[in-house]
Amino acid sequence: MTLDEILASLFPSSHRVERGSSGTVHGTAKVEGQGDVTVVGIVEGTPLGIDGAILLAGHVLAAVEAGGRAPIIVLVDTSSQNMARRDELMGLNEYLAHLAKSLALAAQHGHPTVSVLFGHAAAGAFIATALSSESLVALPGAEPSVMDLPSISRVTKLPLDQLKELAKSTPIFAPGVEPLFATGAVAETWSVNEPFAQRLAALLRQPVATSDQRDRIGFERKGRLLAQKVAERVAIEAAAHV
Amino acid sequence: MSNLLQPHKADWYEASARERIAGLLDPTSFAEFLGPEQRAVSPHLAQFGLTGAFDDGIVVGRGSCGDHEVFVAAQEGQFLGGAFGEVHGAKLVGLLRAARAGAGRGGPRAVLLLLDTGGVRLQEANAGELAISEIIRAIIDVRTAGVPVLALVGGRAGAFGGGGIITACCSRIVVSEHARVSVSGPEVIETNKGVEEFDARDRALVWRVCGARTRYLTGGADRYVKGSIEDFREAATSLISHAPTFELSTLKAEQQRLTERLQHFGDCRDAPEIWRKAGLTQPDRITDITDDAFLAIQRPKGADHDAR
Repeated sequence: MTLDEILASLFPSSHRVERGSSGTVHGTAKVEGQGDVTVVGIVEGTPLGIDGAILLAGHVLAAVEAGGRAPIIVLVDTSSQNMARRDELMGLNEYLAHLAKSLALAAQHGHPTVSVLFGHAAAGAFIATALSSESLVALPGAEPSVMDLPSISRVTKLPLDQLKELAKSTPIFAPGVEPLFATGAVAETWSVNEPFAQRLAALLRQPVATSDQRDRIGFERKGRLLAQKVAERVAIEAAAHV
Repeated sequence: MSNLLQPHKADWYEASARERIAGLLDPTSFAEFLGPEQRAVSPHLAQFGLTGAFDDGIVVGRGSCGDHEVFVAAQEGQFLGGAFGEVHGAKLVGLLRAARAGAGRGGPRAVLLLLDTGGVRLQEANAGELAISEIIRAIIDVRTAGVPVLALVGGRAGAFGGGGIITACCSRIVVSEHARVSVSGPEVIETNKGVEEFDARDRALVWRVCGARTRYLTGGADRYVKGSIEDFREAATSLISHAPTFELSTLKAEQQRLTERLQHFGDCRDAPEIWRKAGLTQPDRITDITDDAFLAIQRPKGADHDAR
């Protein structure tokens, strides 16, 4: 689906979303039951670099400063982080962290944050955008990954065919919506047959969890069986020392 | 094992995760959580023909550091490059959640993260990536509860990928000369964009782009220390009481600081161009001088800040 089709399906009553530089978008839209929401995003498969990250964080912080509790919708069709010497020289890690922190701050201030993934998102760009909101929704065409299988094959020195075979039996490393849904990263997947506007309104009506639930969800979906238990065991031992 | 009797004298770069903790904390004060005797091993490595470790490459626990009660986590960079897997990441998530729960109720005064990592462990990429995201949120929660989180970086693996992002989410960052803090590794950039973009075998270039001195002079790190464990201990002890709080004003200041960095230096291709623009004397020699000479340099305006 194109960006325009997705905007039309998400916000049928009205939206004013404009394109900025570095593949970013920004604007407002109406969602049933919510009034105006803030829309930000990185689109058209643009890798997320220092220029895009600082623009997006600026939009998010402006929404926090404006007050209220309007939801923030993050549209994501990116790539990996921008792989360039300039970005690393400037401290890309700080720019991506700043975006992740800004989204977390918005959630703390009562702005529900929802990422809507409709294209690629990988590695550091995936962390700083899609994974930094309270809920991540995958639309048709979403292709989340940490690293593609050929790259994993190079690093792990396992043949690609063997990796593909392994990926059928475990969601722990394979790219794609299904494994990331199973591990708890993706909250919901929406299909083309249902109006996205209704799904978004329903999602925003749900009470917001006060803590990160992704390890619990990953356990319930049998995609990440150990994380929650290990974290709990450490926390219990730690509490005995407090 | 080096300097068993005087662990704090040892070199941070050469030390193991456990040696770093032993030298960083007050003697005999360390108590480990989910220690190796409990054998929390990654179940995902065997299918790749790899042997696991009983601590999955990270040591977490509590202790005192110059009379401050602290929680501490140390990554073992020698085990699979210190990479984040499911168990490894969850141990840190659990520690951070406990620190938040204990805030204001007798919990730790700070959390010290001894990062030494190449990023996500690709054999369990999804679990590792999610753990990094969970760690970021947990760090923010801990900081919001008024407990500073300090990143200490000076190991062989540096802090790459999600490890670099985690570093910049902490309240304060301490580095030594060996530290490299970045997202994409030089090899990854070279593989994807070609050797003209980044020659990963040019080690001097790698340090100029990713290294501790560049981070410190641009404000990407708060304290630059010489390489002993004692140096890190002194820096951590003093910074615990001088950490920025996590709030809107902090992030607005960070927005401004990072915007200005791009405005002033965004067209630079290499670190000496930055130092020349910033008015530093002998910009081409900054990576070659001794630590003492480096520490005598006046940092460019804005590099010393509370905006993170």
